Amino acid sequence: MKKEWPLWEVFVRSKNGLEHRHFGSLHAADADMALENARDVYTRRNEGVSIWVVESKHITASNPEHNAELFEPAQDKVYRHPTFYDLPDEIKHM
Amino acid sequence: MSEAQIKSLEEEFEARIARDEKIEPKDWMPEKYRKTHIRQMSQHAHSEIVGMLPEGNWITRAPSLRRKVALLAKVQDEGGHGLYLYSATETLGITRDEMFEQLHSGKAKYSSIFNYPAITWADMGAIGWLVDGAAIINQVALCGTSFGPYARAMVRICKEESFHQRQGYEITLKLAQGTPEQKAMAQDALDRWWWPSLMMFGPKDDESPNTVQSMKWKLKRKTNDELRQQFVDQTVPQAESIGLTIPDPDLKWNEEKQGYDFGEIDWDEFWQVVKGHGPCNKERMKARVSAWENGQWVRDAAMAYAEKQQLRKEKQAV
Ligand SMILES: [Fe+2]
Ligand SMILES: [Fe+2]
Repeated sequence: MKKEWPLWEVFVRSKNGLEHRHFGSLHAADADMALENARDVYTRRNEGVSIWVVESKHITASNPEHNAELFEPAQDKVYRHPTFYDLPDEIKHM
Repeated sequence: MSEAQIKSLEEEFEARIARDEKIEPKDWMPEKYRKTHIRQMSQHAHSEIVGMLPEGNWITRAPSLRRKVALLAKVQDEGGHGLYLYSATETLGITRDEMFEQLHSGKAKYSSIFNYPAITWADMGAIGWLVDGAAIINQVALCGTSFGPYARAMVRICKEESFHQRQGYEITLKLAQGTPEQKAMAQDALDRWWWPSLMMFGPKDDESPNTVQSMKWKLKRKTNDELRQQFVDQTVPQAESIGLTIPDPDLKWNEEKQGYDFGEIDWDEFWQVVKGHGPCNKERMKARVSAWENGQWVRDAAMAYAEKQQLRKEKQAV
């Protein structure tokens, strides 16, 4: 038969209060096995309290070649930052 | 793309690395960068996987439960290291099966050190102390490498390696403090693993043609000879401290360079083992290939089960 197990991306929450973070990927036949493998591969030393797995093919990624169109427009919008606004020095708590 | 366009892309690429920016899988990269990384990273992964064999062999014969859980955990870590590195390599567009195929057919290499036999329990000490010790020196240098997924895998691996070396040194230390027979075992293991460990840093600088390119891409931060010198300098006092002798009559402290001078490595032996004629090359590959082939039906069954479950779910949804 020779069919490679699909690839899964693994996200781990290291402790409550923190977000899940991408840890890496692994192969597994289904979601249950992906979770079990993720536990063995990525949390052998208490690195996590919660794991998400998602099949890699379901992730849509932006293309770095389009980074200019996507991200450069934010660069000249300095008025989105507090330092853009001139206030007298004696004004406090702002 | 025209040649001029590629050239300017390449220049921008090299400039990014020089600025210490990381390269991520979907970024444009020169073909040579991709190929070199696939080769080096997959070989690194293969080394972790094959590296489980000499030690795995001793798990059932560990002399105490304490030693057994430690060795078991270490070997499991090495399997994990292989998995981190395989998945990091897959981001460059090669499949896991292709990498296994290259390993099994002999097209891809793995670290030659694992082609030496682990004959006595003392070898578990020497391997952890010397082989993992040498690996740590190589791997710490790679934590700042330019390819993001490789660098991240290395950071994770380096965090886990330190216990490997310490448990190995502890085994050696206990033997060295034991009966005369036990001490002789520790010395014998050091005698056999010392030179192969020095070879782990690769050929001498003047015979290592890729060094300049590897330095540029931060696949290397120091040359093979510099790393080897660092290993000798840090390991000699560790041996002395437990009353063992490094098997090198030419070993001598050099006050001027503040480091040890050491004897010539047997490069004929090095190349023999690289070319497949080491004591265990065949045995290692046989064990690896048979594990893979005997597991085929399990992988197939798991896949068939997953597909059946999926189908059932879809039917129920209709
Ligand atoms: Fe390792
Ligand atoms: Fe290790």
